[in-house]
Amino acid sequence: MTDLLPLIVAKYNYWLYVILMMIGLYAMIAKNNLIKKLVGMNIFQTAIILFYVSIGYKKDATIPIIQSAHGGGHGAHEAAIHAADYINPLPHVLMLTAIVVSVATFGVAMALAVRVYQRYQTLEEDELRMRLSEK
Amino acid sequence: MRVLAFIIVCLTGALLLYGTGEFPDWGDPQSPASVHLSNVYIEKALEQTQVPNLVTAVLADYRGFDTMFETAVVFCAGLACFLLLRDFREKKERYYRHTPTGVILHVKDSKKIIKVGKEFAHMDKNWVPSDLIIKSVCRILIPFIQIYALYVVAHGDFSPGGGFQGGVIFGSSLILLAISYDLKTLVRRIKEKVLGIWAAVGVLIYVGIAAICMPMGGNFLDYSVLAPLVWDPHHVRALGMLGVEIGVGIAVTAVMAIIYINIVSEGRHEEGL
Amino acid sequence: MDNYPALIVVAPLLAALFAGIAAWIEERLSYPIAVIGLAISTFSAIMTLMTVIASGTIHYRMAGWAPPMGIEYRIDLLNAMVLLLVSGIAFLNLIASYKSVEQETSDRAGSFYTIYLLFVTGLLGVTATGDLFNLYVLIEITSLTSYAMVALGDKDRGPLASLNYVFIGVIGASFYLLGVGYLYLITGSLNMMDVAGILPALKGSSTVLVAFILCMIGVWIKMALFPMHVWLPNAYSYSPVAFARMVAPLMTKVMVYVMIRLMVTVFGFEYIFETLNIADAVVWLATLAILAGGVMALAQKNLKKMLTYIIVCEIGYMVGGAWMGNQLGMTGAILHILNDAIMTFALFLAVGNMVYKLKKVDLTDLKGLFGKMPWTMTGFVLAAFSIIGVPPTCGFFSKWYLILGALEKGAYHFAAALIISSLICAVLFFKVFEICFFEPMSEGHGHGESHSQVAIEEAPISMLIITGFVSLSLIVVGLYSGTIVNTIILPFLK
Repeated sequence: MTDLLPLIVAKYNYWLYVILMMIGLYAMIAKNNLIKKLVGMNIFQTAIILFYVSIGYKKDATIPIIQSAHGGGHGAHEAAIHAADYINPLPHVLMLTAIVVSVATFGVAMALAVRVYQRYQTLEEDELRMRLSEK
Repeated sequence: MRVLAFIIVCLTGALLLYGTGEFPDWGDPQSPASVHLSNVYIEKALEQTQVPNLVTAVLADYRGFDTMFETAVVFCAGLACFLLLRDFREKKERYYRHTPTGVILHVKDSKKIIKVGKEFAHMDKNWVPSDLIIKSVCRILIPFIQIYALYVVAHGDFSPGGGFQGGVIFGSSLILLAISYDLKTLVRRIKEKVLGIWAAVGVLIYVGIAAICMPMGGNFLDYSVLAPLVWDPHHVRALGMLGVEIGVGIAVTAVMAIIYINIVSEGRHEEGL
Repeated sequence: MDNYPALIVVAPLLAALFAGIAAWIEERLSYPIAVIGLAISTFSAIMTLMTVIASGTIHYRMAGWAPPMGIEYRIDLLNAMVLLLVSGIAFLNLIASYKSVEQETSDRAGSFYTIYLLFVTGLLGVTATGDLFNLYVLIEITSLTSYAMVALGDKDRGPLASLNYVFIGVIGASFYLLGVGYLYLITGSLNMMDVAGILPALKGSSTVLVAFILCMIGVWIKMALFPMHVWLPNAYSYSPVAFARMVAPLMTKVMVYVMIRLMVTVFGFEYIFETLNIADAVVWLATLAILAGGVMALAQKNLKKMLTYIIVCEIGYMVGGAWMGNQLGMTGAILHILNDAIMTFALFLAVGNMVYKLKKVDLTDLKGLFGKMPWTMTGFVLAAFSIIGVPPTCGFFSKWYLILGALEKGAYHFAAALIISSLICAVLFFKVFEICFFEPMSEGHGHGESHSQVAIEEAPISMLIITGFVSLSLIVVGLYSGTIVNTIILPFLK
């Protein structure tokens, strides 16, 4: 136990992301209502974003905007830029993409849910299955 | 189903946790992810691209190709929502309000159309008397939101922001208009056709800027060869990024509005939230 | 011009945007724009393949940045072959589709072509890219477009099938993304070659193992390997014919390509087959997929559905071959990507022609079809022979390599499954032939006007020419298999 605790503390947001992700996955598989499944899907995707952003973090570093260049981009003041002062920009870029993708998927999924509702007047999976087997 | 789901979730979770065992500690400046590429970006990006916001530099230049497809994903989502939901049939029932008296008319025959004007006004089924305060506040607020959106797009090179963020803010101002007044007000101001075309044009600006680089003698997306075309060759990469961010902003705004309008009105574009 | 690698992907994207604008202004322009876009793409793919064969791997730097910093297109023999396959099939299908799009989605043809082109862009980008994250973005483009398409085809059941497809598709793509995240965390890079250079030093790491498993599960879900196949049959049989004809041959094959690319280029054979001991389990899974796909195909009453289960079965062939761990198996798997894409395309072209005339293709609707649509049926028979694996057609040769690979490794169960599935396919297709050939035309069944005598009612000539061309290419590709193996596959595996 004494070994495990520091391990968890040192990586606690990796543990958190796994828990969050599993909540989303569980909702996607087990829930009966399609909208709840969609909410689960969103949690699932957001957990991945948490994971990536955690990769990018560095202790004692600030956001990746070079400060010395502020006020006038000209000449790029030759004050040396230390990599240790800024956090890693790449995961943020990747997650911007992933956020956009997840929003796009969510929009399309909502549109599909509206269509399903228009057709069957319900979004509960068991009722939908009953309707389908009736025919 | 629940038991099965629980087992799957436990197994997947265990697998993922097993993988985290050998992760470097959170925030460790010496972890491989923080030294290999990241240092190159942090130290070289300002010099190479003249853009102090490294996220923008990586997003629109080093990995600009990703971002182009990301914009295409947005466009795709808007198009998909339009294709799935848009229903051009006229609605069967209509509601009108007799303005002087406040009487509500429910017309079931779709052929009988009452002329909307001074006497009668269109009305939604779930209409609630809209509040004067809400309307006035939103009317004042919306222009400021839109100016802020433009600032976020234009200033993306220097401070947090960029095309996606600015586009979303602009799009949300349109949605605010639809919520505080009604959907018809929004649809009347911005035609569906305009939105559809602008969504494509936004992406086209991005792809176009990227493609022009090829006949100019560079690789795809290589802004540096555009130097003869711009007024400030020293900052050509920053200007190229600004150009593509504007395209992204236009596409995102249009797609936000398309998705919102189609989903709330179930594709009829007549009444919504 | 050195920009061909970029043009392959960018031409359909530009065409998609112009078609999207044209859809609002003058809808008739969308179709010619789409044709031009794909023609440029196919031409560039041919030029790229020729360059690669002549002078080796092409590296194309997007935005001019050197690889680990920027995104790189790295086109070697395998890529170049799959690129030509994808753009060629998409182009031919587009030409064959004009009439059936008019029939099925007449009022939104412009938007249909836009989505179609975006889907092709996604597939081409997945194939061409040398960057792990770029691959993810492009996979999402193909997924989003196919979600929309599935819901468009069958107005009744499409949306629900599509929504289930969304759930499974998102899980698959997210697992892949997570796998890439683990790789990035441990290596600090996203470029395939760069990652491949760093990984050997991290052989025993549990993170790499989990990354590998996550990537594989993600790709397997997307390619519909057996226990994860549930979305495929519904999704493919409900989408509009013009789209089904392209998505069925290409989507799964491109995903198989991604799997092979990850195995060969990123993780490396040494890691997969020497450090890990899961190859046998995967081969068993593939065996199971082949048998299950065959059995489920037997149970179907609808021709389109039956063919989708045959796709599930064929995926088993390729996965099994790739995981055999020897050169013969891998050769068979890569050759089968090519052959299976053409075979499935030919089959679905024929089915598309039938749907165009008959509207629905339950097995009972096919009575007497030989008399009615002789040319379509000839194409269908050729494609069916190829799937069964009758010698002069191309299906035989890849199966031959796969069986040889299985025997060399001693995976007799896989070889047996291959032979059994050929038998199952033979039974299936002869059942269809019997109905089409011997049973008399149904009188007044379903349709208002009944035909007293058998009148030839073929599909439009544009569809027939493409069907004929593709069916003949089955034999041509079969006869030139030796050349393909010697000039493309073996040099690639070296």
